[in-house]
Amino acid sequence: MKMKMNENKDYRKSSFQIIYIFLGLFVFMMGYFVYFIVFKSDDIVNSPYNKRQEVLAERVIRGDILSSDGATLARTVTDGDDEIREYPFGEVYANVVGRFLKGKTGIEQSENIRLLTSNVNALEIAYDDLVGKKCPGDDVVTTLNAELSQVAYDALGDYRGAVVVMEPATGKILVMVSKPSYDPNDIDSSWEELIADEDEESPLINRATQGLYPPGSTFKILTALEYMRENPTTYKDYEYDCDGSVEYGDMTIHCYNNKQHEEVDLPKSFAKSCNTSFASIGKGLNIDSFFSLCEDFSFNKNLPITMESNQSKYTLKKGSSSVSELMQTAIGQGHTLITPLHNAMITATVANDGVMMKPYIVDHIENADGGAVKRYSPEVLAKPMTGKEANYIGKMMRLVVTDGTGTKLKNMEQKAAGKTGSADNANGKAHAWFIGYAPYDDPKIVVSIIVENVGTGSDYAIPIAKKIFDAYFKQ
Amino acid sequence: MSLIVELIKYLMILLIGIYSYYSFRVFSYRKKERQSKAYYGLTTVIFSLHFVGYATLILQMPSVKLLMLYLCEVALFILVLSIYRILYPKLSRLLMRNMLMLLAISFIILTRLSVDEAIRQVSIVACSFLVCLLVPFFIMKLQFLKRFGWIYVLLGIGILMVVLIAGTTTFGATNWLQIMGISTQPSEFVKLLFIFGLAALFKEESSFKRICVISAMAGINVIILVLQRDLGGALIFFVTFVFMLYAATSRLLYLFSGLLGGSVAAIAAYQLFYHVRVRVMAWSDPFQYIDDQGYQITQSLFAIGTGGWFGMGINRGLPTDIPVVESDFIFSAISEELGGLFAICLILIYISCFVMIINIALEQEESFYRLTSIGLAVMFAFQVFLSIGGDIKFIPSTGVTLPLVSQGGSSVFSTILVFMILQGIYIRGRSRKQDNSGNTQEEEYLPDIKTEDFYENENE
Repeated sequence: MKMKMNENKDYRKSSFQIIYIFLGLFVFMMGYFVYFIVFKSDDIVNSPYNKRQEVLAERVIRGDILSSDGATLARTVTDGDDEIREYPFGEVYANVVGRFLKGKTGIEQSENIRLLTSNVNALEIAYDDLVGKKCPGDDVVTTLNAELSQVAYDALGDYRGAVVVMEPATGKILVMVSKPSYDPNDIDSSWEELIADEDEESPLINRATQGLYPPGSTFKILTALEYMRENPTTYKDYEYDCDGSVEYGDMTIHCYNNKQHEEVDLPKSFAKSCNTSFASIGKGLNIDSFFSLCEDFSFNKNLPITMESNQSKYTLKKGSSSVSELMQTAIGQGHTLITPLHNAMITATVANDGVMMKPYIVDHIENADGGAVKRYSPEVLAKPMTGKEANYIGKMMRLVVTDGTGTKLKNMEQKAAGKTGSADNANGKAHAWFIGYAPYDDPKIVVSIIVENVGTGSDYAIPIAKKIFDAYFKQ
Repeated sequence: MSLIVELIKYLMILLIGIYSYYSFRVFSYRKKERQSKAYYGLTTVIFSLHFVGYATLILQMPSVKLLMLYLCEVALFILVLSIYRILYPKLSRLLMRNMLMLLAISFIILTRLSVDEAIRQVSIVACSFLVCLLVPFFIMKLQFLKRFGWIYVLLGIGILMVVLIAGTTTFGATNWLQIMGISTQPSEFVKLLFIFGLAALFKEESSFKRICVISAMAGINVIILVLQRDLGGALIFFVTFVFMLYAATSRLLYLFSGLLGGSVAAIAAYQLFYHVRVRVMAWSDPFQYIDDQGYQITQSLFAIGTGGWFGMGINRGLPTDIPVVESDFIFSAISEELGGLFAICLILIYISCFVMIINIALEQEESFYRLTSIGLAVMFAFQVFLSIGGDIKFIPSTGVTLPLVSQGGSSVFSTILVFMILQGIYIRGRSRKQDNSGNTQEEEYLPDIKTEDFYENENE
């Protein structure tokens, strides 16, 4: 009898354990299900592959896209049963806000599901349902500054190029302009012409996130940083005697206009953008650690932005790259390519004490009555350099303005800092670069400007930067 | 119109919420009247949910065919409830209701996906109930069933071998057999033989050597299924074996070494078989393979995600975009149109079934019946886990049907058979307990209040 009792106890115990094991499995599974619906499903349902978006579109009027200063960048106008998507600013935001027809792009694509979701109160939805009316979709309020965007767009004039303006402390994108652009209102009639692109101007490309350019001298920020890291005690004693050119094998690197900078230290080499000095610095750098530094700064990585973008490329690798390529790379030529947005992020990292913020473009989502539905907040992306390093590079960037290639910004009321670049390329004149921030003591905005095939950064990019800075600080 | 669909959507969530709550609450009711009341309540909920579900369908696509289908289903439910009740007054009413609830949900969603498929499914369900009418009786009376352990196992292996050689291939798995023009999935029935066999073999004290031989037999089953590329089937057999071994021996060592061995085998299968790797790849990053291997799972996630907590409403989503939605991915269709909350309540009903089946096992004095019940409980629960887990990307998809809800004749017939076998075991256990209660000898486990709480005391 006793024996049987023990056996009974055993099987009861094991049966209960089996219950607990399977209950555990089910609880985990339900937990994952809840987690999926609450946290993951938003991103997943927004995939362009999800055809259910069209089902939602039959019940909801697509919401508006607004700028942070209250301008309407995109809206839906109903005309009887027809719905027309309107872009009041035409070409200005075509690349960042994107288009609705001919394959959604930009914010129209990344926030598609938000625009097609109605969060007005349940009674209103029920009422609309009852009378067979569509519900108003949620509005997307961007971080974009409409006034500044217009200034940047006008400042670029007829040139091809891009402008990105960011807040270094938050990663908010205030301006993203790409030229040439197109008018999304006329996309239906101009589509054939746009895709034929006979002038090879690629108006459909968002140059700010997809344009890959040689960084030119703006890359010297990273070369200088690598040099400082490899020579932590002696970099302040660096000296170089520049006679306008340097040779290696059958390659010659010139300073701009063969200018002889004579005796320079590191900050001066940087401020004057002395190519020969930086090429000789490059010769001595450790290829592997330079590579990993660039990857820390997000080269060869997808940028965390919700629109079409390209990876910046840094290919210099031990064994497969020659010394002459190393020297070219150190002055921002070689095979290195960068997007204007990425260059803005690197500049913002300098301005933000070495902390790289995740760039973002949607500030919050609100329902048709203006109530907040979801708010996005700044996120740290990486800390690729120390505050001390950022400080020193900041000082050098300030020297560019006070005593270097950026003196056109010298007389601004707010102290600016930055770096010019003139990137040689196969398609003609150099691309003009300027990356910079202001005020130097308490950085509020960062600009990254590229003007294609015009000449030097100081002649073509800096004037644009000045207009943007002036407009921003007048606001 | 859409308002009605909208309201019905919330009403259905409310109804299934009430149902799943009481399907657990009833475990704690000790008094007969309260239990009976609860069961009437559950029955009412089943018919109401079924009614409003079909109301939406008929409102949206009015047709006589649909109305007839609805009426046939109602008649089927009433007949099943009354005939089984008359034949077996002591059957578990909870299990019976859970079964009908799952079938009602199945009929609604299948009709929405394809009316013709639903008609076929309803006919198969009706036949299954008819065929299984005497199953509980046989289980109660045929004592010799437990003697043929080896025969069950060997017969099972034999059938699987035939399928391996002569079977047809669907969705990459060779697990269908054409017999006289009817295609069946024999592994659904071999599962039962397997469990009966193991229960019969494990019923007496087993030596280590004997356990090894039995394990080898189970291993052969699993390997044949892997060769058929029926990964889900192989996993179900394996897990059922490990837990039955544990239930028979109560030794955690066996459970852990079994699960460890399973993990090693899973890794080996991953290395050896390309189709296993494909499944895992499609699971870990479906969006990278969205055009081929990941297509099904991404469509499923779109469905669940777009449906959200409250669903799109019946007929207002796009569940038919998911390949084989009516069988393996039925859960995603339910979640899309009826909502995430509805889907969670559905899982709770499955858990209620599982707990009830383990309860049946706990009441058995004879180890053969106890082990059979445990085996069926584990098999049932694990199949639900594999099916739903695969649909929501919690685990790699294994192509397993959701018991009673998925479309599929073999699957629904074998599940109804399982439930009727369990009813037989349940009734048998209760009658013996009542016979014994005349004795002065108290059963040892009765004072255990905790389990008593789990057990329903209806009709006592």
